[in-house]
Amino acid sequence: MALDLKAVSPKTRLALLGTAALAVVACFMLIGAGGNWNFVLPFRGAKLAAMVLVAYAIAVSSVLFQSITHNRILTPSIMGFDALYLLIQAVIVFSLGIDPLLDTGNPNLRFAFEVIMMTGFACLLFKALFNGAAHSLHLMLLAGIVFGLLFRSLSSFVMRLIDPNEFMVLQDRMFASFNAIQTGLLWVSAIAIGLASVVAWRLRHQYDVLSLGREIAVNLGIDYRRTVMLTLALIAVMVSVSTALVGPVTFFGLLVSNLAYVTAGSDKHKYLLPMAVLWGVVFLVGGQVLLERVLELNATVSVVIEFVGGILFLFLITRKKH
Amino acid sequence: MIEISNISKRYGETVVVDDVTLTLPAGGVTAIIGPNGAGKSTVLSMISRLLPMSAGRVLVDGIDVLKGDSKELARRLAILRQDNHLPMRLTVRDLVAFGRYPHSGGRPTVDDALHVERALGYLSLEPLADRFLDQLSGGQRQRAFVAMVLCQDTDYVLLDEPLNNLDMRHAVDMMKLLRRAAIELGKTVILVLHDINFASCYADRIVAMRDGKVAYHGTPLELIQPAVLHDLYQLDIRVREIDGQRICVYY
Repeated sequence: MALDLKAVSPKTRLALLGTAALAVVACFMLIGAGGNWNFVLPFRGAKLAAMVLVAYAIAVSSVLFQSITHNRILTPSIMGFDALYLLIQAVIVFSLGIDPLLDTGNPNLRFAFEVIMMTGFACLLFKALFNGAAHSLHLMLLAGIVFGLLFRSLSSFVMRLIDPNEFMVLQDRMFASFNAIQTGLLWVSAIAIGLASVVAWRLRHQYDVLSLGREIAVNLGIDYRRTVMLTLALIAVMVSVSTALVGPVTFFGLLVSNLAYVTAGSDKHKYLLPMAVLWGVVFLVGGQVLLERVLELNATVSVVIEFVGGILFLFLITRKKH
Repeated sequence: MIEISNISKRYGETVVVDDVTLTLPAGGVTAIIGPNGAGKSTVLSMISRLLPMSAGRVLVDGIDVLKGDSKELARRLAILRQDNHLPMRLTVRDLVAFGRYPHSGGRPTVDDALHVERALGYLSLEPLADRFLDQLSGGQRQRAFVAMVLCQDTDYVLLDEPLNNLDMRHAVDMMKLLRRAAIELGKTVILVLHDINFASCYADRIVAMRDGKVAYHGTPLELIQPAVLHDLYQLDIRVREIDGQRICVYY
């Protein structure tokens, strides 16, 4: 049986998981709908779209991040990317006040502004880490965790300076929640992710080479610095989108990317990327169906996913020690 | 032709390579020798754009290695460093196939597959082709990396201590292979060697480095001399002619 599994081609694997993802999506849309289609379909549709976007953004950003850092334990959130996004939000609220935040006039414009800020800052910050000297995995992990802590402490400091009413609004965004998704940002998010994906997909062969390590990648003619910086920008866009939609999720990316490595049956990014996205959809939407519809619990799916992902993280860390 | 003009590498106060100027003509096997810390690997890394220089520049066939198109350079020059570590699990054939990337851009053709099989054959890796690299010995892994670099099919092949981890038979096979590549295919092979007898027997030219500078540069006949070697290594080295080959005895 084990041998048969290994012989399954990457394309078949993708098709199988794709079918599973579709089934999960159908369950989410149909179970317990009770016939109120006019209400249920748009309501659930928006929520589904947001979850798929988040799963997509987290999966792709994690795989890309792991390819450019040449290891499979790091994710953008472990390295403090989403903490940075929250810090930028807190600083914006502090310096500009709540009005631009609540002003429903143009949340898209605000979002675009935040994404640009985030991308700029992230590129500046992480440029230093990948430009040469810092090759050690442990050093990078530590630096990332310290950065994350720093950003989180800074944003909680900034929040103490904020007016309590504004703080309430902001606090809602500090915890991952798939029940209170910012559906207003769906369109602009979809466009941002779509554009980032086009660029990432065109670079897919380069990522295959990049994951061999810097020296081999340079030898094979990859413009290392340019590709890494461009990819960091793509990752920043994706992390901004997922954090803006549902808040920070730490271990989800680790979970789906590592599942993709194990199950894709290939090391090529043209299989790894879609595989990770499909796992993301299965976990996120499937988890939601299971908790909300089947078990009828009010617990948030993020807690469960973080729990599973966290355990996987510990497992990977201890296994890598050998 | 590789033209190296006044390249230096400094780390803070420490000067590792000090104002090296050197012209390496196309064709033949060039060995870079010298004691530990002489800057051999650093020079090789700077020629191959893996390491930016603090000063100076390197031209490969007239292309500045730092300013030129990296993809174009990858079709002309290949580099293999020592201590290659892969962050992922790959089979030997998959690794060697990556050598075709500069030509195929990730979409390998039938011709690319032929190159891969040929490179595997050159290094007698066919029986190991479908094994994972982490299941191989250090020497077998080293041969797999050399196969990848040869598969790149470049005019210039730069190797940093390619004989590392190889037993005597494979070390000799490797040097014969590189000589054949130089003679039959017209490749320019530049390699860092620690065993000066290999340099003496297989190189067309020797560049001897010491303290970040090129101390000597010439044919094996000119450089494999007791006085030169003593100056280079601070060691009494006798040179004996055995079967027409100049062999150093220093044990």
